[in-house]
Amino acid sequence: MKPVSFRYFAPRTVDQALELLATHGGEGKILAGGQSLVPAMNFRLARPASLIDINRIDSLDYVREDGGELRIGALARHARFEGPVAGGALGAFLPRVARHIGHLPIRTRGTFCGSIAHADPASEWCLLAATLDAGFLVVSRRGRRNVRPNEYFVGALTTILEPDELLTEIRLPLLGEDWRTGFAEFSRRAGDFALAMCAAFLRFEDDRIVEARIGLGGATDRPSRIAAAEALLTGSEGAPDIFREAGNIAAETIDPLEDIHASAEYRRDLVRAMVARALDQASAR
Amino acid sequence: MSLIGRSVKRLEDRPLLTGSGRFAADITVPGMLYMRIVRSPVAFGRLAGLRIAEALAHPGAVAVWTAEDVADIPPIGFRMTLVPGLEPYRQPILADGHVRFVGEPVAAVFAADPYTAEDIADLVAPEIEPLAPCLHPAAPPREYAPGRSTEATVIAKAYGDLDAAFAGAHAVVVLELTIGRHSGVPLETRGAIAVPEADSGILRLYGAAKVPHYNRQALAAMLGLPLDRIHLHEGHVGGGFGIRGELYPEDVLTCAAVMRLGRPVKWIEDRYEHLVAANQSRGSVHRVRAAVDEHGLIVGLDDEFWFDQGAYLRTHGVVVADLTCAMLPGPYVIPAYRSVGHVRLTNKTPCGTYRAPGRFEASFVRERLVDAIADRLGLDPIVVRRRNFIAKTAMPFRREFSALGTEIVYDTGDYAGLLGKFLNRVGWETLRADVARRRQAGEMIGLGLGFFVEKSGLGPFDDVRITLGGDGAIEVITGAASVGQGVETVMAQICADGLGTGLDHIRVIHGQTDRIARGMGAFASRVTVMTGAAVTIAAAKLRDRLLAEAGRLLQTAPDRLAVIGDRVVVCDAPSGPSLDLAAIARSAGGELTADATFTAEHMTYPYGVHLAQVRIERDSCAITVERFFVGYDVGRAVNPMLVEGQIAGGAAQGIGASLLEEFVHDASGQPQSVTLADYLMPTISEIPTIEVALFEDAPTPLNPLGVKGAGEAGIAAAGAAIAAAVDDALGRPGAVRQLPITPNRLHALLAELPAEQH
Ligand SMILES: Cc1cc2nc3c(=O)[nH]c(=O)nc-3n(C[C@H](O)[C@H](O)[C@H](O)COP(=O)(O)OP(=O)(O)OC[C@H]3O[C@@H](n4cnc5c(N)ncnc54)[C@H](O)[C@@H]3O)c2cc1C
Repeated sequence: MKPVSFRYFAPRTVDQALELLATHGGEGKILAGGQSLVPAMNFRLARPASLIDINRIDSLDYVREDGGELRIGALARHARFEGPVAGGALGAFLPRVARHIGHLPIRTRGTFCGSIAHADPASEWCLLAATLDAGFLVVSRRGRRNVRPNEYFVGALTTILEPDELLTEIRLPLLGEDWRTGFAEFSRRAGDFALAMCAAFLRFEDDRIVEARIGLGGATDRPSRIAAAEALLTGSEGAPDIFREAGNIAAETIDPLEDIHASAEYRRDLVRAMVARALDQASAR
Repeated sequence: MSLIGRSVKRLEDRPLLTGSGRFAADITVPGMLYMRIVRSPVAFGRLAGLRIAEALAHPGAVAVWTAEDVADIPPIGFRMTLVPGLEPYRQPILADGHVRFVGEPVAAVFAADPYTAEDIADLVAPEIEPLAPCLHPAAPPREYAPGRSTEATVIAKAYGDLDAAFAGAHAVVVLELTIGRHSGVPLETRGAIAVPEADSGILRLYGAAKVPHYNRQALAAMLGLPLDRIHLHEGHVGGGFGIRGELYPEDVLTCAAVMRLGRPVKWIEDRYEHLVAANQSRGSVHRVRAAVDEHGLIVGLDDEFWFDQGAYLRTHGVVVADLTCAMLPGPYVIPAYRSVGHVRLTNKTPCGTYRAPGRFEASFVRERLVDAIADRLGLDPIVVRRRNFIAKTAMPFRREFSALGTEIVYDTGDYAGLLGKFLNRVGWETLRADVARRRQAGEMIGLGLGFFVEKSGLGPFDDVRITLGGDGAIEVITGAASVGQGVETVMAQICADGLGTGLDHIRVIHGQTDRIARGMGAFASRVTVMTGAAVTIAAAKLRDRLLAEAGRLLQTAPDRLAVIGDRVVVCDAPSGPSLDLAAIARSAGGELTADATFTAEHMTYPYGVHLAQVRIERDSCAITVERFFVGYDVGRAVNPMLVEGQIAGGAAQGIGASLLEEFVHDASGQPQSVTLADYLMPTISEIPTIEVALFEDAPTPLNPLGVKGAGEAGIAAAGAAIAAAVDDALGRPGAVRQLPITPNRLHALLAELPAEQH
């Protein structure tokens, strides 16, 4: 459990990092919090020839509100979201999600953007980004692009990021006070990766749901929204029965992952449960 | 005031809490080589060859060994087994001819640093022709090696007329039960640091634990070393649980490397290695049936089981199966009995003992069976237990067979008495009412209980030497070992109590083969019983010598003198003349010493009860242990806080074993639980406060203190209690037939339940 040897670079600016990525990106890797990359290196599953450590690029260390969005820089750690970082419904929602990510030592190092780059199917932040249709700001020496989730996530641990690209920022909509939110996750122990989780966002007008976003994570190879369930809820008053029905739709729509902790059938039922729970929570707020 | 029975804080904690502990990985000496083991990637196959040329060509390679290089070293032998004919199942230190489990050592690489060693290990290419693995212990046996069956042996223990019991039974209750494969998983992985001592020619092995004296002998014999040329040293140990400290191939390889390469050699196991190569345990399938009369009295018990031994028989031989057979009857009379255990070789990591070997399994099976009997006859499970308990007046109670080479004679016990007191202490009626109320409100919640008899204090002997030095220091040299359980504190308490001194100047030595000639080490909940008894005797002797010498100096009869703190005073004149202990030692020629040996032919049998309250979430299949109680009669608690600590730690492992922990393999025999993200140990979030009720109603006459062991009490019946609680929460007696009860399994179980019960 010792990594193979590698070259190590610690750029101070984004430009230096992009320069290094252009040169070494092919066989190299960006090191952010190291909470996914370093274990993989210790197992020798990852054998990067170079590490480009972005932890000294101070300009990437921010979380700020800007024009109705929350902008999250590449060095914002998970732990930061356990405290208040923003107003609005999103600001209240983030701490409720953050505490589900691993354990405190992991949260004090691991980064929001690192999770998005790593794209674990059970990443809370990936789920959130997919559900809220986040903006992904990706830069390289070749230029910059702003990518949307449906394009960004390709599969388990796979995204459209090219080896020379740096994900510098994620943008999330702040969500007005008319949004209500719910989050439910099941993992075998506190801090384990989710076997299934659901993030639910409902916007009410005159006691009716006028907009619904229901995202699933942990159950399939990448986070996804359940359009049919969202459509079902839109226009309804949001009663427990219809929430159960939304859960059933989600459960029947997906192609669940299977592993030693959960059979496909169990995962399907977990999805049913997590969707209903998240919606119950959202409607109660 | 006596120091026995006081919850003195642990003397060994200062270095641990201040970060100055010395664990195996902390030991580094100049010029050291690092060993890396190349392990089999397949579960079963013919090892056609090993390509090592590329590895040897690496500039950092000091040596690369395969089986050929260690052909003169025999396989690792048995430390504890009386069953003959098992030698063909021993593990060679490097795989020879066949590989038999994923993780089996096939080559050893030596280099100047662990990174290079791992780089070189990557270059070793084993050529393996895969064979179909054997994964299920209850599948029909097949050929292990030419002329050898995968059924290594069958252990059987029986007494009474079983046929008559079943022929005349009012009812027969039958169960098939499965226990998952799990293990101790100490947080400190194994380690071995072998160092040649230039001047003396002595080879010193650091990183030893549990049984250093036995391992010293075994290593000397295997390596052809005179016994005085090898010593083992135990440092701080980050958990043992039965699996750490046994002699493994890696220990032998580091020592052999020192002898051949002439340099110190260090090996530190990584977590992956630990989860595939260190001993595992427990995996078994039981088919059990009970013949009962109409009152629920068990008139006959018949059990057959298949133990998943893994790929080889290791140091423990077939002890786990032996203990399972022996401890299955537990606290109940059971006039006719038979247990037949098939020890089956499979292509998985080999097994050894893990905390409460045989008892965790046996208690699960027996207590499941008692619950099933109660259900069948419509009786209260507690009533059925009471009816079957061995009476207090029947003690000592002899079972008609032996285990671990000793006859099983329960020394003392009042099982019904303990159960009654325990239920009072936990407020049983209130608990039940509470659960009923919450169930009424729609929650799935249940209570379950398991009773158990433990064994502890395995002999045959322990030696102790206590020396009072001219500087006033008191050294207690033992042949015990400490895997973190508080040996230093407890021995110091017993010593101080016997001498009349305080704890300040006492130093307890353990696990050092160059300090005492013999030692049995730490296993089988034996140290406080056996070593403690030897300390009691040695301390009394030393006190006599001390008082005799002081009497001479003070010209007073020794029986008028007493030790108080670090002085000897005259009893009826406390403010009169007195002597410093150190001065007495100096006048006696520099030091005063007493040796003692305690021997025991019989073990002592503590007992107790576990009670779990669990909650199930119907929609997610989550199972939460809300409360966990342990009632235990330890005979006499030298340090109640440490006993409770042992029980709490054991209970945590018991909860893990019942709900979370399992080594899972795929159809090709690949282990699936090779990180701590997949082998799920319980964390503080999964463990409620363990509520312990200690009793001292049945001290043993077998040792001077009356103590029984406490190391394994916390885990023994945890599986039984949690299974019963889950049944109760489901409202379906007998639903749980397999441990661990994972959410995945509960999901499948719920799918079988009739809809109205959901
Ligand atoms: C025990 C444990 C439990 C965990 N539990 C959870 C959990 O419950 N939920 C969860 O979501 N996560 C969990 N994690 C993972 C953790 O959240 C990681 O921190 C996260 O997945 C990766 O973030 P990082 O900053 O550590 O990235 P790193 O490990 O440094 O990098 C991960 C990958 O992303 C790439 N990368 C990182 N940053 C960028 C960037 N800005 N641009 C382009 N590529 C980049 C790296 O090159 C690497 O390939 C757990 C980890 C551990 C060890």
